[in-house]
Amino acid sequence: MVRELGKLDFKGTWQYAAAPESTDHVQLGDRYDLFIDGDFVAPAAGKYFDTISPSTEKVLASVALSSNVDVDRAVKAARGACRVWGRMKPAERGKYIYRIARIIQERAREFAVIESMDGGKPIRESRDVDLPLVAAHFFYYAGWADKLEYAFPGKRPAPLGVAGQIIPWNFPLLMAAWKIAPALACGNTVVLKPAETTPLTALKLAEVIRDADVPPGVVNIVTGAGETGAAIVEHSDVDKIAFTGSTDVGRQIQKALAGTAKKYTLELGGKAANIIFEDAAIDQAVEGIVDGIFFNQGHVCCAGSRLLVQESVADEVLGKLKDRMETLIVGDPLDKNTDIGAINSPRQLEKIESYLALGRTEGAEMYQSSVAVPDTGYWCRPTLFTGVSQSNRVVQEEIFGPVLAVQTFRTMAEGIDKANNTPYGLSGGVWTDKGAKIFHMTQKIRAGVIWANTFNKFDPTSPFGGYKESGVGREGGLHGLDAYLSLG
Amino acid sequence: MSIPATEFASRFPDLSRQMRVDQVGVEERVARFCKRSIKNQSKVQALSMALSMIDLTTLEGQDTPGKVRQLCQKALHLHDQLPGLPHVAAVCVYPTMVAVARQALAGHDIKVASVATAFPSGQSPLAAKLADIKMAVDSGADEIDMVISRSAFLQGNYARVFDEIGAVKEECGSAHLKVILETGELGTLDRVRRASVIAMHAGADFIKTSTGKIQPAATMPVTLVMLQAIRDFYYETDRLVGMKPAGGISKSKQAIQYLVMLREVLGERWLTPELFRFGASSLANDVLMQLQKQATGVYQSPDYFSKD
Repeated sequence: MVRELGKLDFKGTWQYAAAPESTDHVQLGDRYDLFIDGDFVAPAAGKYFDTISPSTEKVLASVALSSNVDVDRAVKAARGACRVWGRMKPAERGKYIYRIARIIQERAREFAVIESMDGGKPIRESRDVDLPLVAAHFFYYAGWADKLEYAFPGKRPAPLGVAGQIIPWNFPLLMAAWKIAPALACGNTVVLKPAETTPLTALKLAEVIRDADVPPGVVNIVTGAGETGAAIVEHSDVDKIAFTGSTDVGRQIQKALAGTAKKYTLELGGKAANIIFEDAAIDQAVEGIVDGIFFNQGHVCCAGSRLLVQESVADEVLGKLKDRMETLIVGDPLDKNTDIGAINSPRQLEKIESYLALGRTEGAEMYQSSVAVPDTGYWCRPTLFTGVSQSNRVVQEEIFGPVLAVQTFRTMAEGIDKANNTPYGLSGGVWTDKGAKIFHMTQKIRAGVIWANTFNKFDPTSPFGGYKESGVGREGGLHGLDAYLSLG
Repeated sequence: MSIPATEFASRFPDLSRQMRVDQVGVEERVARFCKRSIKNQSKVQALSMALSMIDLTTLEGQDTPGKVRQLCQKALHLHDQLPGLPHVAAVCVYPTMVAVARQALAGHDIKVASVATAFPSGQSPLAAKLADIKMAVDSGADEIDMVISRSAFLQGNYARVFDEIGAVKEECGSAHLKVILETGELGTLDRVRRASVIAMHAGADFIKTSTGKIQPAATMPVTLVMLQAIRDFYYETDRLVGMKPAGGISKSKQAIQYLVMLREVLGERWLTPELFRFGASSLANDVLMQLQKQATGVYQSPDYFSKD
């Protein structure tokens, strides 16, 4: 009966005026050194690199480029601090972590603004999602610090020692929190490397850690690119590697760690199926599609990048999705009304655009919203690919951008088959009004997290991690402690 | 904008095709609308639009011709100190007061709306409801705000609800029909959706949340569900049905949030008093106060704004 979907008019005379978040209160230095042994120190080779804002292409600050010498220095500092931190009364450790959490809450606005400036994500998300979760992670793991025996009854949990942590650019501060909070709660010390395009909030976090009087060397932050990460992975005195990033780099890390005693957790790529049944609340499911793929410009490892929609409602869902996409505002990450910010880097934009070209070459139909994007900066309109099948590369490969591949299915069995027909297995979404169907789907889909009638919800109490090529180990919750302890 | 009953073939909707509503998702979507930051010129525009969409209302047992005339004067002269303001959309009264309002507003294009059909409970026989409407229409009402029979609806007798609206629509003639669902008595958003669909298929020109006599009255989640029902009805039939949240909207900030929701669900075509109304009286003064603040930079005392 539905005649013509996607025909509402969202252009017109009443448009929202610019509503930029103020940056007056933000204190950013021109140059950032390495945070080693409780102090900011210059890199041995004296080299620095620029970090730019992907929305303005302007340089925000220059940041130290770590060499092997610097990494070695950081690991030595971390090793030295093990004596203090690992033997400290657990409740005392907890106090320091609580203190970090509270300082972050107090400075949340400043951190949110810097996150949006450096990474390009909309302030609405950095303010309402990233920062509250960062504080929540520190609060949550602070609580575990003196209760580890209760987490693992009958065991004698002991810290591993020095944890080398390498984090990605999509949730710079949140990933730092995911890594640092459980490591510290379990009595480990840390050498953390933020991504080269988004080092600023990690360096501001170093200031917080210093202000919280955390003993020197417990947290060390070294900046740089892939070589710096490799130096951490290959360092002989690191006991554990925690990595979040691409599956390719994850493989290299796993190879490098083979034959060593280092423990590791890898949180890698994904190509999650967001499955909409005909008995779903369609309008809310459409919103779930939007949250699934356009959240954080689609730079989300657990993004719902494959839409599987039951054929009987496919036209309706797509029509409504297209209308909804017209209302998504793409632009200045600091504008409070922005829904989709800047693509994180020119390199990532190039990758996304190569997939847009590839999708069309493969014969898929591409649809983009008509939203205007700024002239400078790196942008990608919200994009759909329809007319695709399991054999299309835009269906198989992680694009890591606001690009959704749309497929249909007829029966539940077909939906499950298609959802699982991927080397990844990080997340998934199920939309139906029927509880029994939800339970059936969650049992059949091979993914670390499956959301029912919602998507991209995170909580520090909930474990997170992948099946298959999406990773090894779990972060978050009680499971997240396991990765940072030896259980004697 | 009113579509005569003859042009629109009313047909009982296939309720098995009607969509489910997930309350958690609805509330999340509403929260996101409320995060839009409306500043400067876009705020002034929104405030002015809100004014033009207000149905100034008095629906009290104590209403007298004098009170109604005061309200009409207010409708015509909202705040003459600020030039260039639009007037409100309508004045809404009981059927017995329609003639008074009609006379007070003679020569102006402010509409006279009248509640009818045994407002607010709807607990009267159909013949009485129709007589109520005839009285209002004959006295010159441009718009009729009817209530659905919640009694029939809650018994599951949807056909009766549908038929009653159809009969009322016919009795309205060329007057616009707004159908009040009284969502505060329906219990779930699924039922709000179902009632909206029945009302639109039966010929409603507008669907309206509440009488204002029951709490909760209009809420954003309820209004969102109704707006989405309007959108789907438009997809299906090409008919543009209006929306009127009523009761509980007294602040400019809320009104702007409703307009944001309207704009992002139904788009530009609905941003007009022809298709969207606020059933609210105290809202007008708060909007005026905000407009004055935008113009002068300072808030004025409420004493500077007329209370009628």
